Amino acid sequence: MSEQSAKFGTPAKVPAWVNLALIPFVNLMAAFFISGIVIFIVGDNPFQALEVLVYGAFGYADAIGYTLYYTTNFIFTGLAVAIAFHCGLFNIGAEGQALMSGLGVGLAALYLDFLPFWLVIPIAIFAAALFGAFWAAVPGYLQAKRGSHIVITTIMFNFIAASIMTYMLVEILIAPGGQSPESREFEAVTWLPFFHDFLPIPETPLNISFIFALLLSAAFYYFVWHTRWGYEIRVVGQNETAAKYAGISPAKNIVLAMFISGALAGFVGVNEVLGVHHRLILDFTGGFGFVGIAVALMGRNHPVGIFIAALLFGALYQGGSELAFEMKSINREMVIVIQGLIILFSGALEHMFRPKIEAFFKRKSTTQVAEA
Amino acid sequence: MFKQIKLAAIAATVVAAAGVANAAEFKPAIVFDMGGKFDKSFNEAAFNGAEEFKKGSGIDYMEFEVTQVSQREQAMKRMAKKGATIIVAMGFAQASAVEKAAKANPDTKFTIIDMVVDLPNVQSIVFKEHEGSFLVGMAAALSSKTGKVGFVGGMDIPLIRKFALGYVEGAKYAKSGTEVFQNMTGTTPSAWNDPTKGGELARSQFDRGADVVFAAAGGTGIGVYQAAKDSGKFAIGVDSNQNYMHPGTMLTSMTKRVDVAVKEAFATAKAGTWQAGIKVLGLKEGGVGYAVDEHNKGVLSADVVAKLEKARADIISGKLKVTNYMSK
Repeated sequence: MSEQSAKFGTPAKVPAWVNLALIPFVNLMAAFFISGIVIFIVGDNPFQALEVLVYGAFGYADAIGYTLYYTTNFIFTGLAVAIAFHCGLFNIGAEGQALMSGLGVGLAALYLDFLPFWLVIPIAIFAAALFGAFWAAVPGYLQAKRGSHIVITTIMFNFIAASIMTYMLVEILIAPGGQSPESREFEAVTWLPFFHDFLPIPETPLNISFIFALLLSAAFYYFVWHTRWGYEIRVVGQNETAAKYAGISPAKNIVLAMFISGALAGFVGVNEVLGVHHRLILDFTGGFGFVGIAVALMGRNHPVGIFIAALLFGALYQGGSELAFEMKSINREMVIVIQGLIILFSGALEHMFRPKIEAFFKRKSTTQVAEA
Repeated sequence: MFKQIKLAAIAATVVAAAGVANAAEFKPAIVFDMGGKFDKSFNEAAFNGAEEFKKGSGIDYMEFEVTQVSQREQAMKRMAKKGATIIVAMGFAQASAVEKAAKANPDTKFTIIDMVVDLPNVQSIVFKEHEGSFLVGMAAALSSKTGKVGFVGGMDIPLIRKFALGYVEGAKYAKSGTEVFQNMTGTTPSAWNDPTKGGELARSQFDRGADVVFAAAGGTGIGVYQAAKDSGKFAIGVDSNQNYMHPGTMLTSMTKRVDVAVKEAFATAKAGTWQAGIKVLGLKEGGVGYAVDEHNKGVLSADVVAKLEKARADIISGKLKVTNYMSK
């Protein structure tokens, strides 16, 4: 470290923990501070609210189960957005990709439930990944070959996905005799095991998808930083011209990155449809795809960061609902305000404190070098 | 620290309850759906019903507004754990959550509005929206000068198609040549709360010649009513009596007495007369209807009202049949 910064002309470096821990923490505190002011204005005690929030997210077994269940979704969508980021692509379509994956899961679980669980569950998971991947690969192809901007096409694909889902559920997959647009309940053979099935904990929606999320995070790390494919994706993301010069096809890698991105987003369908609801419903994605963008931004597109950011958002979702439940003056709009402030400070206003903090540590490291 | 607060709160409730022993045993609760309790429509009607009950009986109720699918079941289970006597769930979307929560808490009473859940501790209240829509469809056709009327639905789901079908039948029954334009706002839940798009759809229907528009679209309707006011055409409200929003251009409202249903559910549960099973509320039971008040007196002519009243009597007596989209 000091050796590097001692070299003439290289910029002074900031310790890694500042980047990964301190700056996010400062941003978070700023967000909590402003939220506290808002809660105070509404006429409540901000400290009590914070206590309810934290207790509601981590205070007892049920709460932890729900927090981790939300976290699972955010890990999937966070990873999905991150892999696209590594290729220089902004995938806003994780929501639609997750929705389509639900369709894949649903079709497999509805029509293949005569198979034993060790066959039908892998098929359903594979279908989820494939449907999600396809839904992302099409915009990827349009970007790579036709130059249609990925942001526009992925947003549009969200709406197309929603329309397809509505059509399928209202016209075709609706439970016989049912009124609301949802499929019949899947046969129990297709259900993913809940954590409370094999651990002595209360009933929560937490299921083994959480394990999938951890495994995929590890696979993500290995893929992006330790394989040739990951390397190519990163090169394309950083400099397309250089990639071409090095014999790497940008088009191929854009499609590949989007394909993987969609497959990752598709695991939301596994968690929600196969893990929790056991039936295909309309709005199971509930905005997880969009929050995934914030998760990836906060997590610096690194699996560890994404896990922490996903945990934070999971806690906010669970603690937030607790807040709305326990304190009457805090309604759900208020909870959205608090969540929004946190996204604002850690995503959009990321550079508010960064220059000052970095400058402080750079000064420190240069003085150290000078002393040395 | 938090536990202490909680204990203190419990102790406070116990002390307070000692005075009114009866009230302590009865704890009503309500779970609003995605629209939120201030959607000026379905959920707000329920909120008004609950508030009315509170005013009448002095008993406060627990409430929760859902933002995530999985929160429905979570909220119901929390309420049951906190000792809720009756939990009212608003909307068809909560059916599977009610099913799970009711199975897990067989001693708690559940009432679900707009959907049927067949369990021994669940009361299902459904409305014959097609009958109410039929009447406002007639009102629209009879008040239209161009012979063209419009329908703006919220999210494209069977329930809204039920509104639409009744409306079309009513319009054609009143004047056989009436042309009906139909638009759905969207295919995602955001279609319940998109006044901008609602306004656009209404305007496009006006451009095609419609001069009365019925919105069955939750919060989206606000945009429809505004568009009607801006272009000097008529709009028909839904669920709650919305005539007051734009007196003069609100022809009427197709009322669905969700407020009464909620209040009744609480009141009967308190009195001990609550019964599980299916309750169907149509014109006969006063569950649906159309609103006449001081705000639309000038626009809904006595002649039209007379015809509507005749049709209402015919539907109740069974002489006039309205098709139910759900059982089609």
